[in-house]
Parts: sequence; structure tokens; C-alpha cells
Amino acid sequence: MNINLTLIGQAIAFFVFVVFCMKYVWPPIIQALREREKKIADGLQAAERAARDLTLAQEKVTLELKEAKQQAAAIIEQANKRATQMIEEAKDSSRQEGERLIALAKAEIDQEKNRAKESLRAEVAALAVAGAEKILESAVDAKAHSKMLDKLAAEL
Amino acid sequence: MAGETLTASSYIQHHLQNLVYGNHPVNGWGFAHTAKEASEMGFWAIHVDSMLWSIGLGIIFAWVFSKVAKSVTSGVPGGLQNFVEVIVEFVDSSVKETFHGKNSVIAPLALTIFCWIFLMNFMDLIPVDFLPQLFHLAGVQYMKVVPTTDINVTLGMSLSVFFLIIYYSIKIKGVGGFMGELTLQPFGKWMIPFNFLLEGVGLIAKPISLALRLFGNLYAGELIFILIALLPFWAQGFLSVPWAIFHILIITLQAFIFMMLTIVYLSMAHEDH
Repeated sequence: MNINLTLIGQAIAFFVFVVFCMKYVWPPIIQALREREKKIADGLQAAERAARDLTLAQEKVTLELKEAKQQAAAIIEQANKRATQMIEEAKDSSRQEGERLIALAKAEIDQEKNRAKESLRAEVAALAVAGAEKILESAVDAKAHSKMLDKLAAEL
Repeated sequence: MAGETLTASSYIQHHLQNLVYGNHPVNGWGFAHTAKEASEMGFWAIHVDSMLWSIGLGIIFAWVFSKVAKSVTSGVPGGLQNFVEVIVEFVDSSVKETFHGKNSVIAPLALTIFCWIFLMNFMDLIPVDFLPQLFHLAGVQYMKVVPTTDINVTLGMSLSVFFLIIYYSIKIKGVGGFMGELTLQPFGKWMIPFNFLLEGVGLIAKPISLALRLFGNLYAGELIFILIALLPFWAQGFLSVPWAIFHILIITLQAFIFMMLTIVYLSMAHEDH
């Protein structure tokens, strides 16, 4: 094995290749690698953030759903209450109306009865007078006996 | 093989001989025709095959990676980008685990070392006779296709790393700090010569061990492939395939070790005691 110029030649070639690698090979490739690393890191971070946002949104949705349900329940309850109230009111007013009608009818009936009584009384008085006339065979002076007749009519 | 009778030792020697271009004292400038001529050329000769293969493989690495770097996107990556990204990510995490300072050189350096050494080692998996025979037909006498089995190549890289270690040590700690590190540990100022001997050996051992580990592993691996190639043809498949499969592990591991140790040494250079 001879040590000779090859040694220096190889050292020069080595130097040239290292400088070439340093200038044109290493920086662009390593930069691309770093960029990709950053991209992936950003992507992962974004995914994480999105997942967090999703959970938040879901929580919000559940909350709003719950609220909406509560509201709906309250509205339904109110409506029910109102309906019962209206039914009660209607019942009340109809009862009052019925009572009024009944009272009216009763009054009319009373009136009718009184009137019938009056006319019956008058007729009875006339019949009594006629009967008495027949019995007595003489006319009864209605004027002279009106006092007695009234008494009679009042007794009926 | 160059007209000689083919014996086992000449076959092996032929396979382990680089294609050398240099100034021979007698024949002048030209390719060495024998191993003896090659060694007579001394220091001012060059292994043409090692240089061509290593630079060619380095260009393949640079071409593939810069092609991806040009069209790189942080969106959905394509097939080639995926492949390159896996390697870059792997190197980046290795660097980050070990080196905590701020330095824009170390990571690209580690990437270059890993990919380039892996590709050079990978040449070992190509059947040992295939490329040399092709070049032989084209008239080239010697062709050693695995650059990392050439000590010059591994030493060239480890010495570059060594200079980076010294450069960053001085840059971060200053000349005084670096000298202090070399002389005032581990036994305090009364033992300066001894400390210097200890730390100096430790420092020099870094590039030497880095170069020899890679060279030794690949050289041995290549040698075993050559030895297997000497066996009768029915035995070759039995041995060559398991060894090649095992070697896939070795070439990757050696590239990784070279890269990792470079990172460790440089991060040690950055540490202030």
C-alpha cells in the first residue's frame, strides 16, 4: 500500500462534496422536513381545537334543547291552565244563565198562577152568586152583597 | 492477466493492485505496469481507479440528492423524495442526539460521509471479477473498484475530519484553550510532558483509527471475496452469497460508524471543559 497523491485528491473531492451538500442538498431538504413537521403539528392542533369546539357545541345544544323543552312544558302548562280556567268560566256563566232562566220561568209561572187564581176567584165568585141566585131564586144584588162576595173570594 | 500464468497469488496480487499514474524515475510519466513500478513512483503518483470510482460515486450521490433538493416539497413526497428524506432524517436525528451545539457544517458533512462511504463500500458487492475483467478487455491492466479498500481514500477522508476537529477546537476554545486541553489533562500542570504525550496520542489516534477501521474491514471483505473466487465454481455460490449478504450489514455499519465517530469527534471538539 503506497501512500500517495490519491490521499490529497480524495481530501479535495471530499471537501467539494461536503460543500456541495452543505449548499445545495441539506438546506432545502431539511427545510421541507421542518415545514412538513409544522404542517402536521398545525393540523393536529386544529383537529384538537375542532374536537373541543364540537364538544362545546354539543354541550350548548343539549343546554338549549333542555331550555326549549322546559319552555314548551311551561307553555303547555299555561295553556292547560288557561283552558281549565276558560272551562270554569264557561261553566260559571252557563250556570248563572240557567239560574237566571229558571228564576225567570218561575216568576212567569207565579205570575201565570196568580193570574189564573184571580180569574178563578172571579169566576168562582160569579158562580157562587149565580148559585145563590138560583137557590134564592132572586137576584142578588151584587152591589149589596159585594162585601160578602169579596170575603168569599178571599177565602178561595 | 497480462500474459502471466495464472496462479492464486498472482490473481490475488493483481486484484489488490491499483491503477497508478505517476512519474517513474526510469520510465517517466505514465501508468505503472507492475506493483514494483507503482511503489517506485513514490508519493507523487495517483490511483486513477480509486479517484475515478470515488468521485463518480460522489457525483451519483450529489446528483440524486440535489435532484430531490431542487423539487423538494413539504407536501406529499414522491418515491425518491421519500427515500432521500428517510436518509436525511436518519442522519439528522443521529447528529441531534450527539451534537448539541449550533453548527451548519456537521449535519451535511455527516450526510455526505454516510452516503458516499456507503456507495463506495457498495462496490464491494459487485462480483470481484466483473468490472476488472471488463476494463481488462478495454486494455486497462489494473482496476480496483472499491475505493474504500484503498488506504489513501480512507485516510484522505479521516484526515479531513481531523483538520475539522483541530479547526473547531481552536475556533471554539481558542489556541490557548486547545493547548490547555492537550497539556493540562488529566494530571494537572506538573505533568505537562506526560499529559501532552497522552492527549497527543489520543488526538492522532482519532483519524488513524477512523481510516484504518474502514480500510481494514473493506479490505478484508474484498480479500475474502477474492479468496472465494479462487475456489471451484460449485463452492463459490455457497460461500459468496452468505458472505455478500453478511457484507450488506458490514458496508452499512462501516459507513454508519465513520459518520457517527465523525459527529462524536466534532462534538467533543465543541465541548468546553
